[in-house]
Amino acid sequence: MHEIALCEGLVQALEEQAGSHGFRRVHRVWLEIGSLASVECDAVRFNFDIMARGTIADNAQLDIMEINGTAWCLPCGMAVDLHRFGDPCPNCDSRQLQVLDGTQIKIKKLEVT
Amino acid sequence: MCGICGCEKTASGLGGYHPHDHVHSEVAEGSNTAGPPRARMVQVEHDIMAANQSYADANRAHFTEHAIFVINLLSSPGSGKTSLLVEAVSLLKKRFPVAVIEGDQQTSLDTARISATGVPAWQINTGKACHLDAHTIGHALEHLPAIDGGILFIENVGNLVCPAGFDLGEAHKVVILSVTEGDDKPLKYPNIFHAADLMLLNKIDLLPYVRFDMNSAVEVARQINPKIGVFAISALTGDGLGAWLEWMIAGLDHAKERRQMALLARRAELQHELDSIDLQF
Ligand SMILES: Nc1nc2c(ncn2[C@@H]2O[C@H](COP(=O)(O)OP(=O)(O)OP(=O)(O)O)[C@@H](O)[C@H]2O)c(=O)[nH]1
Ligand SMILES: [Mg+2]
Ligand SMILES: [Zn+2]
Ligand SMILES: [Zn+2]
Ligand SMILES: [Zn+2]
Repeated sequence: MHEIALCEGLVQALEEQAGSHGFRRVHRVWLEIGSLASVECDAVRFNFDIMARGTIADNAQLDIMEINGTAWCLPCGMAVDLHRFGDPCPNCDSRQLQVLDGTQIKIKKLEVT
Repeated sequence: MCGICGCEKTASGLGGYHPHDHVHSEVAEGSNTAGPPRARMVQVEHDIMAANQSYADANRAHFTEHAIFVINLLSSPGSGKTSLLVEAVSLLKKRFPVAVIEGDQQTSLDTARISATGVPAWQINTGKACHLDAHTIGHALEHLPAIDGGILFIENVGNLVCPAGFDLGEAHKVVILSVTEGDDKPLKYPNIFHAADLMLLNKIDLLPYVRFDMNSAVEVARQINPKIGVFAISALTGDGLGAWLEWMIAGLDHAKERRQMALLARRAELQHELDSIDLQF
């Protein structure tokens, strides 16, 4: 369900970018999705194709890079992997974790004309 | 239509609050100037969540400036968000300005329930969207009266998944879990319990009839979020409502205090500036 709204936001963001970067068509989109963003990448692919129809991104290819979540573990004093919220530190089992990376849904680059 | 963001909503009214700080990124490579269009690459680095964040920051600045304490209520459908709101606003409205923003995919039934208490309410129909976002909240504020020094409640769409990821500019996210839903919900939907500062365990009047271990619910919620506060509550009987109201009043006091401090600091600054003007006769 959420992925529909997300893809709407994505197409809207592309249209905004078209204005600021002066392009008319988007042919390829590189997207970065963090594993903590609670987004199904397959659902994004599927919905993007539908939402992009009739827009500047009609038929555009979508490349999704999945980024692993990481967090700062206070007891360990270092960055550790975090696959989902609520998981403990893989080294020390602590839950005193500050998320560092992995919540983003980011357009990295575009191929445009 | 909103001229800045191109959205369909009207930015109407005097002093209509409308936060827009669009950040534009640079073209990094391949900018061709003449000839037929040639495919080029544009580096964007545009975080779709960051776009929401800039609206949320603007909302938060507005709330700070007007000493408004804002609660973003989250739960699965039917946990008792509206029921709790009706009880809370009926009591709070006697002491403070109060308003409610209702998010729903379809109807305005909840808004009608709030309006019946005499508290101003504004309905956002999200349609397909399963969560409220900060931009929509900015526009909703244009339709509500000023509630400086008061409390604004936002009832999010009934959904335990994505509302967690959308900062609306609130002071606190409050998650409601009712005892009919099972005490394992925090484990199944960790993002929302991680994002919330307070968990309300609602419908405790039904505890005799359901298998729900209160201690276990609190324990798993604290595994995910060690700092989460908890109140056991019943919208039906009013049990535990007082503790939640006190928590909100303390939060509102804090917001007012911070506003006072900011104004005092500004006064001191102006005084300093005045003092530095040395009149020579
Ligand atoms: N027994 C009991 N029933 C409750 C309590 N709180 C809410 N209910 C009932 O639960 C049902 C749903 O309550 P709502 O307040 O509409 O829940 P909601 O979270 O606003 O629902 P949505 O907006 O549809 O997501 C209603 O039938 C309420 O009467 C409670 O504390 N005890
Ligand atoms: Mg409701
Ligand atoms: Zn550790
Ligand atoms: Zn707008
Ligand atoms: Zn959503």
